[in-house]
Amino acid sequence: MLARDKSSLKRTPLHALHVARGGKMVPFAGYEMPVQFPAGVLREHLHTRGAAGLFDVSHMGQLALRPKSGKVEDAALALERLVPQDIVAVAPGRQRYAQFTNEDGGILDDLMVANFGDHLFLVVNAACKAEDEAHLRAHLSDICIIGSLPDRALIALQGPKAESALAKLCADVTAMRFMDTGPRKVAGFDCFVSRSGYTGEDGFEISVPAEQAEALVAMLLENPDVLPIGLGARDSLRLEAGLCLYGHDLDTTTTPVEGALEWSVQKSRRTGGARAGGFPGAEKILSQFEKGASRRRVGLRAEGRAPVREGALLFGDSSSSEPIGKVTSGGFGPSLNAPVAMGYLPTSLSANGTSVFAEVRGQRLPLQVAAMPFVPNTYKR
Amino acid sequence: MTTLFTSDHEWLRIEGDVATIGVTDYAQSQLGDVVFVELPKVGRSLKKAEAAAVVESVKAASDVYAPISGEVVEVNEALAAEPALVNSDAGGKAWFFKLKIADKSELGGLMDEAAYKAHTA
Repeated sequence: MLARDKSSLKRTPLHALHVARGGKMVPFAGYEMPVQFPAGVLREHLHTRGAAGLFDVSHMGQLALRPKSGKVEDAALALERLVPQDIVAVAPGRQRYAQFTNEDGGILDDLMVANFGDHLFLVVNAACKAEDEAHLRAHLSDICIIGSLPDRALIALQGPKAESALAKLCADVTAMRFMDTGPRKVAGFDCFVSRSGYTGEDGFEISVPAEQAEALVAMLLENPDVLPIGLGARDSLRLEAGLCLYGHDLDTTTTPVEGALEWSVQKSRRTGGARAGGFPGAEKILSQFEKGASRRRVGLRAEGRAPVREGALLFGDSSSSEPIGKVTSGGFGPSLNAPVAMGYLPTSLSANGTSVFAEVRGQRLPLQVAAMPFVPNTYKR
Repeated sequence: MTTLFTSDHEWLRIEGDVATIGVTDYAQSQLGDVVFVELPKVGRSLKKAEAAAVVESVKAASDVYAPISGEVVEVNEALAAEPALVNSDAGGKAWFFKLKIADKSELGGLMDEAAYKAHTA
């Protein structure tokens, strides 16, 4: 998806503001996005954990699933054909993490599904949004009208000061808890606000009409607690939080069980549940719930200070020639002041504390399987 | 004492037959916050353009190439303990390693300060 010709790249409604704030713009998923601002990745990361960071995530796909019957349960049941999650149980004003699976049990994309009372609101990854929309149309058009919402920007406000910053523009947000969502007036604009994010911090994601996005962001940035944050720190924050990046930690070859996402598959969709199976790849995924999978996504901490990055091969000892796994995300965790990574290992070697080695520039660096999140989350439950 | 520069944004301070090598302030500004530096072993013989050291920011790893051939005679251990020195004093305290120059004629291909300034302008 990396476009080398900048002229072919799309821009978000906040592009001019990023440039004005000194954002270093890079191609990402077909968009020109800020990878960092003048503060730099390290300070942006620490500022988000210490105060509040504002992220432009307008490149992500926003979709509305409207039931032709007018009953949101019908849209929820229909969506359950494509995901292993219990969507029917998502109450109005709540949202849930889900994955689109394929016939092999692999993951086509991961997404958020919100119940807005009369329809479902979905947020999907930028690089997958066209395929996701086509997938929904191909499989759910009998029950739902699928609409994309390209005229809306999406911003995330994350960190311990996110609530107080947003409350100045929408007093109601203080009553929301983690994964609450729905339409809210923010500074008078018709927004969708959810209490969620991708940093491990308390915070909000705000969908705002494109033409009002710049005004809303300008108001939020007037608050000295709030700094604009680029994709660089977004990645280091989510990595410390143990959150998966689609296309790296999850893809069409990894199942939800291999991806250590069992927590996201509710009992009602598992064997013996009220609506067990009925999603693509159910046979393989449900069998893995019973018998286990051969490999598993794990967290990895290094003993030294050298970051172990995506693609590094993992070995069982310091000399064996056969790799046993691979790092799928890795870098330096600024809050931990240490390297952090995640990757796949044989399930037999996935217990916390297991010693493995990563090959970096021809050297075997000792790593330990470690619990995630690496940095405790601060969600307001 | 002469200071020379490469198009890869390294500087060399030449004192007799020893060159002290580091990365330029321009390079550190492009790298961002440095969190890890890997240095060559003392005694290693480097060929010109060979990867000699690695400097890592939160986001990415970048190679530092030997700007000339020579034997590593000293490395800056302080960088291992305090990689952020690269950001705060790239042209001074954050030198990477010292090379015993193998072939002085290789210095001829390097830039002086004025040429390097033009290169990064």
